[in-house]
Amino acid sequence: MNAIDDGLGGYLAILVVAVVAHESWRWLGLALGRGIDADGALFRWVRAVSTALVAGLCLRLVLFPSGALAGITLGSRLIALAVGIAAFLLLSRTLLVGIGAGAAALLAVEGALGLFTR
Amino acid sequence: MKQADDGAGGTPRWVHEGGQATAFLRGLAVALTVPGWVLFLTAFGFAALARELGFTLGQAVLTSAAIYALPAQVILVDQIARGATLYAAGFAVTLTAVRLLPMAVNIVPLWRAPGNTRLAEIAAVHFVAVTAWVEGLRRLPALPAERRLSHFLGIGTGMMMATVSGTLTGFIVAAALPPLLSAALLFMTPLYFLCSMLMTSGRPADRIAILLGALLGPPFYLLAPGIDLMLTGLVGGTIAFLIGERRP
Repeated sequence: MNAIDDGLGGYLAILVVAVVAHESWRWLGLALGRGIDADGALFRWVRAVSTALVAGLCLRLVLFPSGALAGITLGSRLIALAVGIAAFLLLSRTLLVGIGAGAAALLAVEGALGLFTR
Repeated sequence: MKQADDGAGGTPRWVHEGGQATAFLRGLAVALTVPGWVLFLTAFGFAALARELGFTLGQAVLTSAAIYALPAQVILVDQIARGATLYAAGFAVTLTAVRLLPMAVNIVPLWRAPGNTRLAEIAAVHFVAVTAWVEGLRRLPALPAERRLSHFLGIGTGMMMATVSGTLTGFIVAAALPPLLSAALLFMTPLYFLCSMLMTSGRPADRIAILLGALLGPPFYLLAPGIDLMLTGLVGGTIAFLIGERRP
């Protein structure tokens, strides 16, 4: 199953989105240089919008996953998410701790469930 | 003075020993430090996701190289796989790309020097994404102005190599993993984003935005799939911004 055309069309679609929707903001930043206030209200709003969007994406990836993650029960995913975030906030604010604890919790909970339901 | 070869602080010793090529190569080597490895692993996870969503190896690598910013990469493959139009996917991508503008504005003046070509600057600005940008802001000020662009091009190229090799290996390895490990790998991407956003959220508005985005994302997906990401960003982000502005 292909998500998009495997030929030139698919590559072109990715490239067009990358250049038009993404790269253009880098070029605009280069062109404007020092000319704008990068910490002004406009960019504080931009930052908040981008942050909320990515946070929404994260929860959606966990709650409505696709592929192999969809084979994990919802309960296990939620427990693992909570464990990962809690470990990060409470134990140590390093990426390794948060991600490691979350992934380990996912494997542990799902593994235990697998043993009970086999 | 002790040699400060590994980052910020005094001028590194190699500056006095070599020219532009040395500055570039020293930049490349930055990819072998911890941030480079984190980038490799996140690209690894991205490739696993892209593969699950039905993208080919070539498409995953192109997405990594052409976009070179993980949130937008994940959004693009996710939106396309869920049947959103290219316009909707592009709009969601652009909402996260706008944040690159102030980042570029912050770093471009650092590497400005008389000898720079426009082409080199356009190439350098492509590497403006969190990892290379943070390393650039940290390392460039210690260098003489005429070495900074070369050094940043080196940092960016090295990080690009980390991203592309992570995407390649992730795509290939994910195919061979048992489903449970595959699932754990896919689970790492959202967790990575949430943790890194929590780590860098300095202002109250940023933390409120994380919370509101997390709360609004799932219901918006059920109510308005296809445009849910932009709705989540615009509604949650704007409310978070307004609350944050009222109590700075």
